[in-house]
Amino acid sequence: MTFLPKPKLHHPLLATNALGLTRRDYEGAISTLCAGCGHDSISAAIVQACFELELPPHRIAKLSGIGCSSKTPTYFLGAAHGFNSVHGRMPSVLTGANLANRDLVYLGVSGDGDSASIGLGQFAHSIRRGVNMTYIVENNGVYGLTKGQFSATSDKGSKAKKGTINTDEPIDLVAMALQLGATFVGRSFSGDKTQLVPLIKAALLHPSAAFIDCISPCVAFNNHEGSTKSFDFVRAHNEAVNRLDVIVGRDRIEAEYEPGTAVDVTQHDGTVLRLRKLHPEHDPTDRVSAMNYLQERKAAGEIVTGLIFLDPDPADLHDHLGTSADPLNAMGDADLCPGAAMLERVNAAYR
Amino acid sequence: MKVTELRSPDHFHKVVDCQHACPAHTPVPEYIRLIAAGRYTDAYMVNWRSNVFPGILGRTCDRPCEPACRRGRVEEEPVAICRLKRVAADHKDDIRGRLPPPAEQRNGRRIACIGGGPASLTVARDLAPLGYEVVVFDDNAKAGGMIRTQIPRFRLPEEVIDEEVGYVLGLGVATRLNRRVDSLKAVLDEGFDAVFVGTGAPRGRDLDIPGRQEAAANIHIGIEWLSSVSFGHIKRVGRRVVVLGGGNTAMDCCRSARRLGGEEVTVVVRSGFDEMKASPWEKEDAMHEGIPILNFMVPKAFTHEGGKLTGVVFEKVAPQRDAEGRRQLLPTGEADVHIPCDDVLVAIGQENAFPWIERDIGLEFGRNGLPKLDATTHQSTLPRVFFGGDAAFGPKNIIWAVAHGHEAAVSIDLFCRGEDPRLRPPPETSLVSQKMGIHEWSYDNDVSIDLRFKVPMRAPEVALKDIHTEVELGFSLDTALREAERCLNCDVQTVFAPKLCIECDACADICPVDCITFTEDGEEAELRTRLRAPAINKQQDLYIGEGLKTGRVMVKDEDVCLHCGMCAERCPTGAWDMQKFLLETAKPRAHACSRV
Repeated sequence: MTFLPKPKLHHPLLATNALGLTRRDYEGAISTLCAGCGHDSISAAIVQACFELELPPHRIAKLSGIGCSSKTPTYFLGAAHGFNSVHGRMPSVLTGANLANRDLVYLGVSGDGDSASIGLGQFAHSIRRGVNMTYIVENNGVYGLTKGQFSATSDKGSKAKKGTINTDEPIDLVAMALQLGATFVGRSFSGDKTQLVPLIKAALLHPSAAFIDCISPCVAFNNHEGSTKSFDFVRAHNEAVNRLDVIVGRDRIEAEYEPGTAVDVTQHDGTVLRLRKLHPEHDPTDRVSAMNYLQERKAAGEIVTGLIFLDPDPADLHDHLGTSADPLNAMGDADLCPGAAMLERVNAAYR
Repeated sequence: MKVTELRSPDHFHKVVDCQHACPAHTPVPEYIRLIAAGRYTDAYMVNWRSNVFPGILGRTCDRPCEPACRRGRVEEEPVAICRLKRVAADHKDDIRGRLPPPAEQRNGRRIACIGGGPASLTVARDLAPLGYEVVVFDDNAKAGGMIRTQIPRFRLPEEVIDEEVGYVLGLGVATRLNRRVDSLKAVLDEGFDAVFVGTGAPRGRDLDIPGRQEAAANIHIGIEWLSSVSFGHIKRVGRRVVVLGGGNTAMDCCRSARRLGGEEVTVVVRSGFDEMKASPWEKEDAMHEGIPILNFMVPKAFTHEGGKLTGVVFEKVAPQRDAEGRRQLLPTGEADVHIPCDDVLVAIGQENAFPWIERDIGLEFGRNGLPKLDATTHQSTLPRVFFGGDAAFGPKNIIWAVAHGHEAAVSIDLFCRGEDPRLRPPPETSLVSQKMGIHEWSYDNDVSIDLRFKVPMRAPEVALKDIHTEVELGFSLDTALREAERCLNCDVQTVFAPKLCIECDACADICPVDCITFTEDGEEAELRTRLRAPAINKQQDLYIGEGLKTGRVMVKDEDVCLHCGMCAERCPTGAWDMQKFLLETAKPRAHACSRV
């Protein structure tokens, strides 16, 4: 734990983006999590991703629930909107905010307790509705704040710090997100920012429900021999299916790859997601094969990471509902409250 | 890349930029912390051990430490190290009880130090307490050398010189004053075991241009004039004075002239303003006293009328590169400039001269007029004669003279023991953890943006009236504390233990200046290009740690590290630790040899 704030002094050659902001301008208050917490690395990756995408911090809304992971929005994007909701209820607050104002970039941060236990239903419904958001689960497989009990994502057979063996089946949030119709599904590891940063960037640009399960070792309660969420275990079993380059409009596409080894997916906004395949049999744009592949590799004891599934042409909740493009806060009284006659007409339509 | 070797002190020594840049390797951060803690006497003693003259240097040092200061790289201006040193000297208690006592027993070795300046006094300070019988020779009535004769009193009061020279002489050092040594052979014949020559660079260079002879009465050689002023032989100067030269002596000349009746004092320099040899702050101080500095003007002739100087004619020049890219000053073709004046002070450099050293005693000289010396041991071709200060390698400054004195003292000690002076003893170093708690360190690691404080000065109306009135007032204790807090504590090192590292990235994420990277190994030039922040300052080393589980290396660019300890605070396994590195240069051994 650090009590002193991070010094404001920075490297004299620290880069600025098109907004004139440095990466440091995307930081938040100093973290009060345990020293070495994987969550802090994810915060750093979010900072890096938002800086590189040149997002204005005040156009981002960061929402979270309860838990170590849900404390982290304090530690990044100090100038963004924030909402620290009730335990497990981040998805519904986010859905509501998104419906009221679709102009903001929505970033939901949650943990394995917050999303796989108390908020499992909320998680499921926000994904199946296709809310335009980036939903990151900082998954350490343990209840850190209450000193190390197994969480719902702890693998069967894994060992707690005090020696207990977990007998319950784990919830695989990636498999659930795929099954629930998420249009962007990825998994990453807090210890691998070269993979994580582009994944977060792509998720932030994705115009529908983007889900990232990020394994994030708990250095205090789940980084021991016998844990399957420790730095050593994840490094030993990590199988990245691809490497992702996010190529935004004006960036030059420099690298050339052998035919068949890279797939370019052009997004609606012109962004190109270039996937350099590391496993030829994995097709990231086919949901069924992605689900099969995931189960296969899991059975083989691997932790599949990378961009596992991507729908290149997704729709979101607003498209489904045909809601107004204008945020509610930009509408006048006449639009927000069209009067008794209009109400009568609406009611009549249902008779 | 080669893994950083921590068993030798080289890497960490270089990280402490100020100490590394100081010729005498004064442990700067160590004494600045003591000043911040209000322990002025302790701070003074840290200085005294390293540089012998803290009060004098705190006012006059050429400050090689300040341009090196890391604060200057991460912010704008370095810590005011020199003036903090003065604070320690001004506010210390009586230190006499903490000085080494004169040797109880002589070891039978006799050492002559010729010249009573900072180099000789340093040799005397280092050797006398060990039992050596040291005799300092000087032609003035008091020891001190150029400190006493060439630095004006308004920069350095006499009491400070008397005090600090007195500490050295009080260690049982004998003096032979008021007598000029005119034969080295005669000194050697007295049977000294070793002779140290610290006679400085005594001869000011003259300017032989038309009119020099005719107007000689009003043309003075700068350092000689300063010394006459210092001894009170000269009390007045003409109303209009031209000072020729752009070094620190020229600055002392013009400011002294300003106090002796010179109302219109002008400094004229051949080169451009930025290329002048004078320290930036000395130029500023002169300009602050209303002295214009004119550049790119070469003196052509002295004008005179009836044997009296009337002025100086200058040719205007401009810098140009010749075909081979060498910089030359070429006439611009503009009309010559005549500056009328009553006196001229020539301060265009100094020359070494050793007319008193016989050329047939086996002591060889090089073509530059300087003795042939071993660069490390300072030993001449006559083995028992050693040189230091300006007499050794040409004009430098006080702190270099002190550094030479220390090295020569080590050499003389080894020589007297019959050992090889080239086998130098290593410096004394220590590396100790500063951890006091989970996030508590024994030093102030709260680094913030703090701009440098200015040293208060006496108003020019008052300062210019009397040449003995000190211009600088020194920091108040409150300002000193705040200036001391600007120090980044670069001696508190970030020490990395790869075996403990779990590569969680916490340190790399938290580092405010992005100096830590975990990456694949590579050659230095290539590695420097793919760190988290560009490592373009090649003067600063990379710290490489290997033995990580993933096979990567930890690379830390030492360039702009704030020594804030955030990496160590965020490290879950204690792989990073903040450890204080203290280096003291080797001094002659405590238990001196004795003649049996």
